[in-house]
Amino acid sequence: MKDLTKLLFITVLAVTLFAGSAFAGTLDTVKKRGYVKTGVSGKVVGFSTTDAKGHWNGLDVDFARAVAAAIFGDSDKVRFTPVAFKEAFTALQSGEIDMLTRNTTWTFQRDTKLGLEFVGVLFYDGQGFMVKKDLGVNSALELDGASVCTQSGTTTELNLSDYFTAHGMKYKPVVYESSDEATVIYDSGRCDVYTTDASGLASRRTTLKDPKAHIILPEVISKEPLGPAVRQGDQQWSDIVRWTLFALINAEELGIDSHNVDQMLKSKNPAVQRFLGVSGNFGQYLGLSKDWAYQIVKKVGNYGELYDRNVGPNSALGLERGVNALWTKGGLIYAPPIR
Amino acid sequence: MGEKTLDHSQGRPWVRLLNDARFRGWVSQAVVLALIIAGASYGISNVAQNLHKAGITTGFGFLSSPAGFDISQTLIPYTSKSSYADALLVGVLNTLLVSALSIVFSSILGLFLGIIRLSPNWLVSHLAGAYTEMIRNVPLLLQILFWYLAILAPLPGPRKSLDLGGIIYLCNRGLQIPSPEFLPGFGITFAVFLLATAISIALIVWNRRRQRNTGKHIPAYLISLCIIIVLPMISYYTTGSPVHWDIPKLKGFNFSGGITVLPELIALTLALSLYSATFIGEYIRSGIMAVNKGQTEAAYALGYRPGLAYRLIIIPQAMRVAIPPLISQYLTLIKNSSLAVVIGYPDLIHVFAGTALNQSGQSVEIISITMIIYLSLSLVISLFMNWYNKKFAMRGY
Repeated sequence: MKDLTKLLFITVLAVTLFAGSAFAGTLDTVKKRGYVKTGVSGKVVGFSTTDAKGHWNGLDVDFARAVAAAIFGDSDKVRFTPVAFKEAFTALQSGEIDMLTRNTTWTFQRDTKLGLEFVGVLFYDGQGFMVKKDLGVNSALELDGASVCTQSGTTTELNLSDYFTAHGMKYKPVVYESSDEATVIYDSGRCDVYTTDASGLASRRTTLKDPKAHIILPEVISKEPLGPAVRQGDQQWSDIVRWTLFALINAEELGIDSHNVDQMLKSKNPAVQRFLGVSGNFGQYLGLSKDWAYQIVKKVGNYGELYDRNVGPNSALGLERGVNALWTKGGLIYAPPIR
Repeated sequence: MGEKTLDHSQGRPWVRLLNDARFRGWVSQAVVLALIIAGASYGISNVAQNLHKAGITTGFGFLSSPAGFDISQTLIPYTSKSSYADALLVGVLNTLLVSALSIVFSSILGLFLGIIRLSPNWLVSHLAGAYTEMIRNVPLLLQILFWYLAILAPLPGPRKSLDLGGIIYLCNRGLQIPSPEFLPGFGITFAVFLLATAISIALIVWNRRRQRNTGKHIPAYLISLCIIIVLPMISYYTTGSPVHWDIPKLKGFNFSGGITVLPELIALTLALSLYSATFIGEYIRSGIMAVNKGQTEAAYALGYRPGLAYRLIIIPQAMRVAIPPLISQYLTLIKNSSLAVVIGYPDLIHVFAGTALNQSGQSVEIISITMIIYLSLSLVISLFMNWYNKKFAMRGY
């Protein structure tokens, strides 16, 4: 009850008092404040976690650093707020954070109904199932009658219901507030199956008592485009966050990475020149400096570097690029050109 | 002095009114009330306007749209195609179920604790004391988690579940018990049961009147019990046992058929009952201690055995003191049941203010509804207990 009262109070208060001021001019607010406030999950290995020294890392975290680099030319000018799923949208709506990069699925309702705006897709994911090996199950279609652990309020929960209904199977939902709990309880044997996005399964498996005793089933039962979100109604701010994402992707496509970016300043390729601010001044249309994209690549890297560092085959998660490869390499990662 | 005051009151009418303390009181209260109403309505309209401006949909229309998620324990028919309003009802019923179970268990245990803590037996009273101090000083949240994990850890998976007589099974998916399915002929047995109950009531009333008039009595409660058990049994077997028991069977991973009592429900009920019982025990103890010792002595002097003296003389008087704090304890228990969230028991907060809120995004509406429901629940319990207090306890009956 206390939590509830607090939540209501914050929503109402924030919406009442700050709505007028906070929903416009986010860039000015951020510049005056000196850093970007970002909501992250804080719990998902590969996306946003803190290491032993309290240093943040992960794909979501690096994306937020890219936004800071674009604005300030300094990727450290960002502060991370771990937000529980339940509070994530409220925190953004009420202006407590400037943007949300919290492996959150872009859906119709969230985009249209909640006063949010998703700027693009940072990671293409899909929902999967993890089971103990000794159950002898090899396909999700053999899960009739299973107990399934999941997290409440997520798209995962809805897809789960859709999938079992569509295949005429029954299941017993066991639903927890946080994915931490769901994982621990799954590990204790309360459920046969744990379900979340495939990347999340890979991430969660690393935290189980005996990771090798569990397998991820081949079926991917949903589309989960995960992407950063901002408040609706501040076009300049959503453009900055959107084009930061596109800049990361375009950099990889143009072959610019954090190591060669300084040499690339001398490139004869007009697209590279435009991108790095050598010719033209595209930054001004965002209210940023001329070298905004240069700063992103210099300080954080390009999309491929972010991917490899955090979730790629050599990271703890070990995920292949798959659909998250560039469109030129048969994947779905595609960004409009900077021109 | 007296004359001067009189002078003021005889001035012009508005001066007279202004000097009237009662009138001033009314006016100032009316002004404050008006200010509060104005403030509240400004706040509400501002919230509505800002929500609209921020592009957040408002209104209660979402209640009739399909919820899309499943719930692990539903006392009414519910599927993912049911509406948000149905999910709300499921949540409310689950909250009521766990609260009712916990209130019953904690009251029984609390009454017992309160009485034995006053026992002249050193060991017994100190055991009760130690239990009380230990349990009530540990946060409830910890206890809920403790019971949940303590229940889950030692229990085997469904394939190796404990077989209790081939009809009841215990595993980490919960307690599997058979569920009855009533066939058409069962109506007769039910009618016989009603008839037996009516006969029993008549017997008890007749016995009480006879005892008051003549002093003679028969063991009416015992006889009634026999009637209520035996008559329906006869009719049940003569009509050919018209109840089919659906016995849980292991099928695939899990049990199917029967009723599953979720481990979440067991853990939550256990934690709430054991915790609240310590407080209830203390209220009962203070109530008993408030009853004059002379009452006990008088009862013994009249030849009452201790059990009877407690039941008829001491406890009824003790309740007079114990009921008011007991009301708050019940209310606290109901509100504490919302801690269900941490172990995934689908109560009102978990289902409605958690899942439904996230799926629909209607935070202001959903939290308002949830608060109103808790408020109404609390008020109803409070009203009932106060009625009970007035009706019975105050007379010392």
